[in-house]
Amino acid sequence: MTVNGEARVCDVKGSESLLSALRDYLRLTGSKGACEQGECGSCSVLLDGELVCSCLVMAADAEGSEIVTIEGLGGPELHPVQKALVDSGAVQCGYCTPGFVVAAAALLEENPAPSSDEMREALAGNICRCTGYGAILRGLETLVAGR
Amino acid sequence: MEVVHPADLDEAVGALAAHPGATLLAGGTDLMVEVNFDQIRPEVVVALRRLDDIQDVSRRRIGAGVTFRRLESGDHNALAQLARTIGSPQIRAAGTIGGNIGTASPAGDSLPFLAGLDAEIELHSTSGTRRLRWDDFFTGVKRTARRPDELITAAVLPEDLPDFQEFAKIGQRSAMVISIVSACVFRWRDGRTRVALGSVGPTAIRARRAEEMISEETDPGPTALEEFARLVAREVNPITDHRGTDDYRRHASGVLARRLLERCLSS
Repeated sequence: MTVNGEARVCDVKGSESLLSALRDYLRLTGSKGACEQGECGSCSVLLDGELVCSCLVMAADAEGSEIVTIEGLGGPELHPVQKALVDSGAVQCGYCTPGFVVAAAALLEENPAPSSDEMREALAGNICRCTGYGAILRGLETLVAGR
Repeated sequence: MEVVHPADLDEAVGALAAHPGATLLAGGTDLMVEVNFDQIRPEVVVALRRLDDIQDVSRRRIGAGVTFRRLESGDHNALAQLARTIGSPQIRAAGTIGGNIGTASPAGDSLPFLAGLDAEIELHSTSGTRRLRWDDFFTGVKRTARRPDELITAAVLPEDLPDFQEFAKIGQRSAMVISIVSACVFRWRDGRTRVALGSVGPTAIRARRAEEMISEETDPGPTALEEFARLVAREVNPITDHRGTDDYRRHASGVLARRLLERCLSS
C-alpha cells in the first residue's frame, strides 16, 4: 500500500485493522486507538481519499490502497489546520487531536468555506474526552474566516 | 487467514462457492468491531469494497456496495435523510447499504425504507440470481434468508414509487447514535400511505392497520392523525433495553409516524 506517498509493505498476521498495521508494523503512531469500534474518530485517516476510521478497515483490505495519516498531512510546515489548532490553544490532553486534524483537513479539502454547522457535522465522529470542542471550533472558524 | 479480492461478481460468488463459510467484508463498520473485540476470527474473507459490479445506483436499483455517503443525496428523499443520520462522516464513507441489509440489525437504518417500499433484495450465487421481498429476506434479529454461498448485490425498488417520503429517527444525540425508534412514511397523491418502523421489533415493522385507516383519508384532520398515531403505537412490538423502554418506544413510534405523515401532507 501507499502510505503518505511512499510505497510500504506490511506483512500482517491476520484480520487486524489498518490502525494496527500503521501503528504496530509501520510505527506511524500519530493515529490513535481508543474505542476500536468507530465511535471516537481518533484513528481517522484518508483511505483512497475518503475519511475513515482506520480501526474499522481490515489491514488486508487496504492492499494496494492509498493512505494518508496525520504524519502525511503537513509538509516541512504545519498543515493549516494544525497551525489553526495551535493558535487557538485547541489541545488539552492531545489524544483526539490527530483525528480532529485529519477530519478537519478532509472537510476543508471538500468545502473550503464551511459554516459552523457544517464544521460540527463534519466533526461529529470525533470525540474529545477533555470536551475541548469550543477551542477546536474557534480555531477552525478563525482559519476559515482568514482565507 | 486468506483474503480474496474478487475482480468481478463471478469471482466473488466463485470464492463463496469454494469457501461456503467465508466472511463477507464490505465497509467493515460492523465486521471490524467484532474482529477488534475478538468475537470472531475469520478464516477466509471475501473483500467487497472495490467490487465495481455492486457500486451502481439508479432510481430503482441500489447496488449493495454503495456507501451511505453516496446516498446522502439522490432520488429518494427518505433514503438521503436516513443516510445522513447514520454514524459519522467516517462511518458513512465506509458503511454500505448492502452491509446494512446483510447485518440485519433491528436498528438498521435502511430497513424501514426498504420495508415501506416493499423492496426486494437481490442475491447472486454461482447458481444464479434470485430476489426476495424484504419480509421474506429478513427473518429475525440479525438473521436473513441469505444462503452462505450468496452475495447481496442490490436492493430493488418497485415501479410505483411514492410522491412523498420522509424518514426520521430518535437517538440520544444527533450523531453517532443507534436508533431507539426509526420510521419511514410514504404517501401517494391518491392517499395511499405506508409506514415502516425500525428498532421496535426483530426486523422492520409495517403498521398495516394504520396504513389502511389513513389511506382512506384524502385530507386527514387532527382526529385522523391522532388515530393514525394510536394505531402505529399499537402495532409495533418493542423491547426494553439500555437505549429505551418498550413504553417509550411505543409512544415515540406513534409520535414519529404522525410527524412524518404531517411532513408528507404539507410538502
